[in-house]
Amino acid sequence: MNAWLAQHAKALGWALRRLVAAPMNTLLSLLAIGVALALPTGGQMLLGNVQQLAKNAAATPQLSLFLAADAERKDADAIAARLKNHPKVREARYVSREETLKRFKDNEGLAEAITVLPKNPFPDAFVAIPRDETPLAMEQLRDEFRRWPKVEHVQLDSAWVRRLDALLRLGRTGVALLAVLLGLGLVATTFTTIRLQVLTQRTEIEVSRLLGATDAFICRPFYYFGALQGLLGGAVAWLIVLAATLALRGPVTELAALYNAAASLQALDPDDSLLLLAFASALGWLGAALSLGRHLRNP
Amino acid sequence: MIRFEHVSRRYSADKVALSDVSFSVASGEMVLIGGHSGAGKTTLLKLIAAIEHPTSGAILVNGQNVGKLKRAAIPYLRRNLGLVFQDQKLLFDRNAFENVMLPLAIAGFPPKESGKRARAALDKVGLLAREKALPVALSGGEQQRLAIARAVVSRPSILLADEPTAHLDAENARDVAAIFHEFNQVGVTTLIATYEDSLFSPYASRRLTLDHGVLKA
Repeated sequence: MNAWLAQHAKALGWALRRLVAAPMNTLLSLLAIGVALALPTGGQMLLGNVQQLAKNAAATPQLSLFLAADAERKDADAIAARLKNHPKVREARYVSREETLKRFKDNEGLAEAITVLPKNPFPDAFVAIPRDETPLAMEQLRDEFRRWPKVEHVQLDSAWVRRLDALLRLGRTGVALLAVLLGLGLVATTFTTIRLQVLTQRTEIEVSRLLGATDAFICRPFYYFGALQGLLGGAVAWLIVLAATLALRGPVTELAALYNAAASLQALDPDDSLLLLAFASALGWLGAALSLGRHLRNP
Repeated sequence: MIRFEHVSRRYSADKVALSDVSFSVASGEMVLIGGHSGAGKTTLLKLIAAIEHPTSGAILVNGQNVGKLKRAAIPYLRRNLGLVFQDQKLLFDRNAFENVMLPLAIAGFPPKESGKRARAALDKVGLLAREKALPVALSGGEQQRLAIARAVVSRPSILLADEPTAHLDAENARDVAAIFHEFNQVGVTTLIATYEDSLFSPYASRRLTLDHGVLKA
């Protein structure tokens, strides 16, 4: 057990020394890996932020029911009762035509226009919040409300949420595609760097074999090299994304302020950061495995 | 301990390194393998260490058929052999001590015990004072002795040496021969391919002579 640990420590030490021994090569490899990984990571981070924003903005998707102009108080009461007892409605609020008129009158730009009108042009309305907020459930509810007596129009405030959702899905697919392509790039980068390492270590490998080294013993340091390079490349990607986040945070907050929204760009959370590093190490390991299979098995 | 049964090694139809070679070496023997350059001495040693494989015949080392070993089993065979190569195969970016440590690291010895063993091996070949020296800083004789130290450090039961005294002056060659004798004295079965019989014959129990790949009686 002790000897086993010592061998692994030795292989890891060797890999570290090899990385340090050629600082320029190492730096360039790490940059290549870092940039490749930073693109999908940054994309994922941005998507996460947009998703968060959308969630906040559409925190309570709702249905607006506008009653017919000739609806009377008792019609409104009936609808209020129906909404209250409806199993799929979580909450319903009555907005009387007087209330709406008052709100518009309080609005400076509209006050004058409203006063010119001979009579109150607004209908009574209800705002209903459904239990199930999925677009499909909301559409079913809308169709149901439409058939109710004295309901003139039902407006679903989730159409734009659906569009955003579709856009986000497209974005996620794009990021996934990017991640696969650039992940392949990382594997290819590791493949070639390991090949070079194997070439420079040719004598050592040959002598070790003659002295009774197993394939595992010979490959171990290269695996560590690949994984370590991936891990460090992942760390570079993380730093790139962090730097980009900090640089963009100010402008994003300003932009959000112009839309009266309080949004600030969130950096990668710890889970995503760990995932990135694990993913990068695993790909480095895979690149090493492929390269060793190609360049060491048949000396 | 080592048995060759009708072993042949052909590189191509008209290039035959060994042809129907049969012999056996008992445990603790020191056997010389003589013959002209290109007679097949090196090939014979390489076959024992599974560096090359026979075209036909069987090679038994400690009862194992070496030619039939699976790839994964070969390292364990080699750990039981001490190999001294014609071109020494030292690692030139590691000092004497680190070169001798390599077989122990490969076999998975604990580092602390390895250090003691490596120094003992260097001491036996008279290189303890030079453990920090890189191979380029060593003389030809010292390099050869370093190669021997590396071969014996893991205490193999069989020692194979290919022209261990080539390129050495008379005095160094005598030293090296004496070192092999010492190891043989403590029970290590020793096979030495050499054309300098006179150096080793006082110590050797017998001599096998190869002529164009054929073992002469």
